[in-house]
Amino acid sequence: MPSYVITEKCDGCKGGDKTACMYICPNDLMVLDPTAMKAYNQEPDQCWECFSCVKICPTQAIEVRGYADFVPLGSSIYPMMGTEDVMWTCKFRNGMIKRFKFPIRTTPEGEANAYADLKGKDLESELLSTEEADGYQMPRPQATV
Amino acid sequence: MALPNKPIGELKAVRDPEVVEKEVDILIVGGGMAACGTAFEVKKWLQDGQSVLLVDKAAMERSGAVAQGLSAINTYIGGNSPDDYVRMVRNDLMGIVREDLIFDLGCHVDDSVHLFEEWGLPIWKKSPEGKNLDGKKGLKQGSLKEGAQPVRTGKWQIMINGESYKRIVAEAAKKALGEDNILERVFIVELLLDKNRDNQIAGAIGFSVRENKVFIIKCKTMMVACGGAVNIYQPRSVGEGKGRAWYPVWNSGSTYTLAMKVGAELSMMENRFTPARFKDGYGPVGAWFLLFKAKALNGLGESYAGSDAAKKELEYYAPYGTAAITPTCLRNHLMLFEMKAGRGPIIMDTVTALAELGKTMDKKELKHLESEAWEDFLDMTCGQANLWCATNTEPEKKNSELMPTEPYLLGSHSGCCGLWVSGPDFDWVPESFKIKADNGKVYNRMTTVNGLFTAGDGVGCSGHKFSSGSHAEGRMTAKQMVRYAKDHADYKPELAITKEEAVDIVYKPVRVFLDNYEYTTAADINPNYMKPEGMMYRMMKATHEYGAGTATYYQTTSANLVIVMDLLATMREDCEKLAAGDLHELMRAWEIYHRIWTVESHLRHIQYRKETRYPGFYYQADYPNQDDENWFCFVNSKYDPKTQTWDTFKRDYVQIIPS
Repeated sequence: MPSYVITEKCDGCKGGDKTACMYICPNDLMVLDPTAMKAYNQEPDQCWECFSCVKICPTQAIEVRGYADFVPLGSSIYPMMGTEDVMWTCKFRNGMIKRFKFPIRTTPEGEANAYADLKGKDLESELLSTEEADGYQMPRPQATV
Repeated sequence: MALPNKPIGELKAVRDPEVVEKEVDILIVGGGMAACGTAFEVKKWLQDGQSVLLVDKAAMERSGAVAQGLSAINTYIGGNSPDDYVRMVRNDLMGIVREDLIFDLGCHVDDSVHLFEEWGLPIWKKSPEGKNLDGKKGLKQGSLKEGAQPVRTGKWQIMINGESYKRIVAEAAKKALGEDNILERVFIVELLLDKNRDNQIAGAIGFSVRENKVFIIKCKTMMVACGGAVNIYQPRSVGEGKGRAWYPVWNSGSTYTLAMKVGAELSMMENRFTPARFKDGYGPVGAWFLLFKAKALNGLGESYAGSDAAKKELEYYAPYGTAAITPTCLRNHLMLFEMKAGRGPIIMDTVTALAELGKTMDKKELKHLESEAWEDFLDMTCGQANLWCATNTEPEKKNSELMPTEPYLLGSHSGCCGLWVSGPDFDWVPESFKIKADNGKVYNRMTTVNGLFTAGDGVGCSGHKFSSGSHAEGRMTAKQMVRYAKDHADYKPELAITKEEAVDIVYKPVRVFLDNYEYTTAADINPNYMKPEGMMYRMMKATHEYGAGTATYYQTTSANLVIVMDLLATMREDCEKLAAGDLHELMRAWEIYHRIWTVESHLRHIQYRKETRYPGFYYQADYPNQDDENWFCFVNSKYDPKTQTWDTFKRDYVQIIPS
């Protein structure tokens, strides 16, 4: 189910500090044609359909067409990413449309607590830093053979 | 630090790349769940003057197996005991596991899950009335750490809204480690031992897939956690669809190959995973079986798994087959049993399951149930949702086919291949499971190479860690690496190769290409080299036909194994002539090289273990039964980098947790 880029919508991220789809693709598939200033999927048969490029594209220029091997034409699924939720629009081949909204995170982006000030004390114990801070005790097997 | 992404026109590989040399105390190779755990934990323990660097082939925000998201966390101990966790994993993996590693992981995994929730991962909760609340509505119930109840689909699994799971975990990891200590889009291709100290890790070499740069990184200690191995067998879909691998298509066996090539001992590489999933889309079935209570039917419409014939078949594999929960491989075995008997296809009866659930639900609850079913796909296998749309499949009206996939190698999901590592230094851990470093100390999760650690898919003999366990294990490794570096403060790593030799190794495929491409009119067809794509097809064909791929219903024989081992040895020779014209292709060249070494070790182990331990995952037809008398043991192997020879041998299994 390879991703494809809609020519008219892609501006090559020329206003940004990086080409978003190229930055994010876990398999290094999305690249920018520097002459056309348009991105494309350079190896569609290695696309995992993870939608990372679709979700990150600032101009909604990327969508996905089902794998030629086994997906009939005419359907689509598309995610609209919010800060707290994702809204999926699922269009069936027969025209039926279903929409689903799911939470994606409960904290503002960038606010994950990295425990930057936490310093572990006993390097020789098996406790992780937050376990040590919580006073966690390493369990032992209830019984051994 | 994120590198600028340059357009393809500037990504042509050149003969002489720039060389970047770095030296750190601790090197983290990988960026998935395990490496994110290490990145989060390591600075909490870092000593004055110690340095650390993380190198990821992709971008941490969406790299590794959780890139797409997940709909469940499969390991959360909660009110269960680590002892029972060991019992579950042991039974699922047919008895032969490292109980020290599994118990140890079970002691730490919940701490990582609690962090995920604090960072913002929405986790479903049970309301006081017993209703399921999604991760947003469930916030009012408080956190798991405070005692709120998760929604369990099985004894160990909890439901999440996990579309942004990896983004959240990577955010905490990157903040904790600092952008200056992260290199993205750098692919490590070989590890290096120390010039002076025997069996001591000293560094790694790799290249940027964005700029013509070779990296030479020296370190005192290192973790390699680059996931499992995917597309080492011909997949069921061979066109565009081969990208729709069940496990991430970019997992190229690098963990195993990098470590084995410097002499790290492998264990249980014969173990594999061929998950039964929704056919072609490879969408998850766990929620359908566990949450929606759906049944799998054979082609005659029979619920075959509960039949007398199935029960009888399972009795052959007692005590595993007769346990309350049938091991994953045996569930596959029963499915294959039906298919081979002409009673296919296998169908997931979603229609009956949803109708049954609907009997006790009002309209609003039913709507929510439908949403849950779709979210299961949309959170982690978007393509399966599109396949349903394209085939007009509404699960309440139309059933879907199931199919076991092509084989995968991994150590964190329902498989247990990987590296032989040290257990923790507790009195209840058998001495044979403790690896002593050069200073006589035991470092938890260290391989048999001094200073070389692994986690997640890299650790052998302890499956069922999944995302949360891999993160926790990465954290455990972080602390041990700091300890190792502190104990080896005087060690100054020295490489046995020069800067020029490092470039010769890493950029060899580029030079092969540049030396020869003008000879023919088409760059992909040339008698003097092979492109990585061609080599990929060659490997897939050989393993598919001879190495217990889907072509033979996962069956092989001793004679077939001789053939495939010979084919793979020739492939390794021909890898000397791999050619890459651009940086993306250079990545593919090294990936196929890693895959060939990894799958060869898989087949070497299958060849050595003269029994069929995992029916449903593979069958050695010359030894079709389990043979506890001779094979209730680990199979390990070691490549000697000096003599370039292999040794495959047995190691004793030791039971720790009573049955």
